[in-house]
Amino acid sequence: MAKDVRDRSIDPASREMLDVCQRAGLETAWDRFEKQQPQCGFGELGLCCRNCNMGPCRIDPFGEGAIKGVCGATADIIVARNLLRSIAAGASAHSDHARDVAHTFRAVSMGEAPSYSIKDQAKLERLMSEYGVDTQIALADAIMAQFGKQDGPLQFTGRAPAKRLELWKKLGIEPRGIDREIVECMHRTHMGVDNDYVSLILQGLRTGLADGWGGSMIATELQDVLFGTPTPTFSEANLGVLEPNQVNVIVHGHEPLLSEMIVAAAADPEMVELATKQGAVGINVAGMCCTGNEVLMRHGVPAAGNFLQQELAVATGAVDAMVVDVQCVMPALGALAGCFHTKFISTSPKAKFPGAVHMEFHEETAPETAKSIVSAAVQNYKNRNPAKVHIPKEKSKCMVGFSVETIVGALGGNLDPLIGAIKSGAVRGIGAVVGCNNPKIVHDYGHINMVKELIKNNVLVLTTGCNAHACAKAGLLLPEAADLAGEGLKGVCKALGIPPVLHMGSCVDISRILTAAAAVANALGVDISDLPAAGAAPEWMSEKAVAIGAYVVGSGVYTVLGTVPQVLGSSAVAGLLTAGAKDVVGACFAVEPDPFKAATLMIDHIDSQRKKLGL
Amino acid sequence: MKEVFVRLDRCLGCKSCEMACAVEHSAGKSLISAISEKPGPVRRVYVEMAEGQKMPLVCRHCEDAPCVAVCRTGGMHQDAVTGIVDRNQENCVGCWMCAMVCPYGVIGRHTEVRMAVKCDRCKNLDIPACVAACPTGTLIFATQREFVEMMRKEAALRIAREARGLAKA
Repeated sequence: MAKDVRDRSIDPASREMLDVCQRAGLETAWDRFEKQQPQCGFGELGLCCRNCNMGPCRIDPFGEGAIKGVCGATADIIVARNLLRSIAAGASAHSDHARDVAHTFRAVSMGEAPSYSIKDQAKLERLMSEYGVDTQIALADAIMAQFGKQDGPLQFTGRAPAKRLELWKKLGIEPRGIDREIVECMHRTHMGVDNDYVSLILQGLRTGLADGWGGSMIATELQDVLFGTPTPTFSEANLGVLEPNQVNVIVHGHEPLLSEMIVAAAADPEMVELATKQGAVGINVAGMCCTGNEVLMRHGVPAAGNFLQQELAVATGAVDAMVVDVQCVMPALGALAGCFHTKFISTSPKAKFPGAVHMEFHEETAPETAKSIVSAAVQNYKNRNPAKVHIPKEKSKCMVGFSVETIVGALGGNLDPLIGAIKSGAVRGIGAVVGCNNPKIVHDYGHINMVKELIKNNVLVLTTGCNAHACAKAGLLLPEAADLAGEGLKGVCKALGIPPVLHMGSCVDISRILTAAAAVANALGVDISDLPAAGAAPEWMSEKAVAIGAYVVGSGVYTVLGTVPQVLGSSAVAGLLTAGAKDVVGACFAVEPDPFKAATLMIDHIDSQRKKLGL
Repeated sequence: MKEVFVRLDRCLGCKSCEMACAVEHSAGKSLISAISEKPGPVRRVYVEMAEGQKMPLVCRHCEDAPCVAVCRTGGMHQDAVTGIVDRNQENCVGCWMCAMVCPYGVIGRHTEVRMAVKCDRCKNLDIPACVAACPTGTLIFATQREFVEMMRKEAALRIAREARGLAKA
């Protein structure tokens, strides 16, 4: 039965492609989501445990059946253990990404990766002084050591306000080492170790902090050093960036290590000539998900779309190569690419996919690998079946690349103008809206409506990840979008020539938001939890988002989730996360799928924070 | 008249039917609200296991149902047209005669009130909640004719494949 595409996405390009998919009988995540209904209630509530082989066990939420697992674990214990494992998985994804970047940085420092270089010398020097080292190699070693450290502190936690650091120490949640915290999560959740839900959740916060102020921040900072700190750049976003007469290469996933090389290889005259020989008028690299954000903000590479558009991009029939690295790449792409001429190319030694050609990437041979990938795409152009090509017209202009350095620069060298605007009330507060797509929420509906509601109410929005893509497609990342903002925010944006929604990068770049929040708090002489700020993930789905939630709330930012986390099977855990945490770390979660109501929660929180600050 | 059939070889014991049944018989009819309801909702389908076989058991709505026959208050009654056996809330005194004579043991008890609780085949739904929730197709909502026809076709397929295998060997 044909589904109404309007129930699946609010994005016109996506609706158009969903129609195309339906007519062609191509399956997408939305179809698979429907086939999964009803989803297992035990899983939804977090009440199943598979941590040992006496199980699997599950707790009857109605109390009629089992109320304890074989080992005696109650709903509270099982829910908390499951949550901790999700945080560990999310933190490990960001941090392992960071490890690869740090590895490349070290190789560059040792002169072993000649195809990479230092693009931001000033940031490199700032990092050297932050770490108290004199040489680039010493910095590389010191950063590498953050992963395997046995005792804290992690260097970047020094950026947090003193009050926050003190609180972390008092609570015993100051992270000691990035890998150590993740390993300890796995140990604690092993059968018969930590069985106190409060203790488990505190370890979850500590692991989250090791991600936010550790792995993610390392990834962001070293990517800036190696590839340049983003500065405001204009580009375009949505499936309409695919070109009918050019070789289309989509880079999808999360790391910029290879995609940077692909962007370079696509501009290589030899490759361009090869494309011309194949009858194409050029090579068009487009980005998807966070790899897309990385090359978008550093090179203005157009963005093809966010998470739920990866299959729709292939379904245009105009993608000659879908090149992926790690994270958020659907294994469904292989079978779908098989319906078209599209070459699905996996590149990470860690991530292989059914139906993909594996062209493994290593930093020593990066340019050669990038060239072979681009060449494979170019040679595939002639296999494109024009009868199957359908590229939606929709694309929007966007202004991207607001690193903290850029924002400070735009403000004239320090944060005073922003702080002044917050104090005067022109900017009511700051909303960090981030996160994924999830077919549980109509695609982009949660993102766009929340962001529009916030800016209308004078809340300056900082965005990363798939929310950033949604905002780019909806034209919210343009200075003209200030017209959609309330009078105060509009005035500030017009004066500075900036959009009311600032694109700060990929999901590891939520660390930029932490750095910014810490800087504002330090400038005001308060803790992060005192700021008129709130976070949100309106369409979140990944374990990385759970880790992000842990570090954002652990850092003191009230956060509204748009999809229900798998914790409601324990009223104790749910209560701790949505209320009790406020008395512990000064912030808590809320869950609200309706983006308008969620925005109201954020605005109400911002108003109460302003009141407490006497603003 | 459609009934709930069970394909015994398919059950994985996930108990999704039990959960969906309890939720359907809750006040809010959603899992999220049901888990905090007082009194908690009660399921009418039960996943049991015997000799390694997982087995969802649900009221068979028997012809000349014994539970109806023994009910002294008229609380348990059978619809003359649909054959659905249901319990009239006001009349039930909780004597448990019905529970004693039910050959499948599928007459339960309300969480707080002394009152029998059993499958009403989700009269307001096109497909009963337990069937809709079953992820493996163990539970089938069909007429007896449809169900046995499906079983015959499956048997025919199995036999055909086995015969072909034998011929090759």
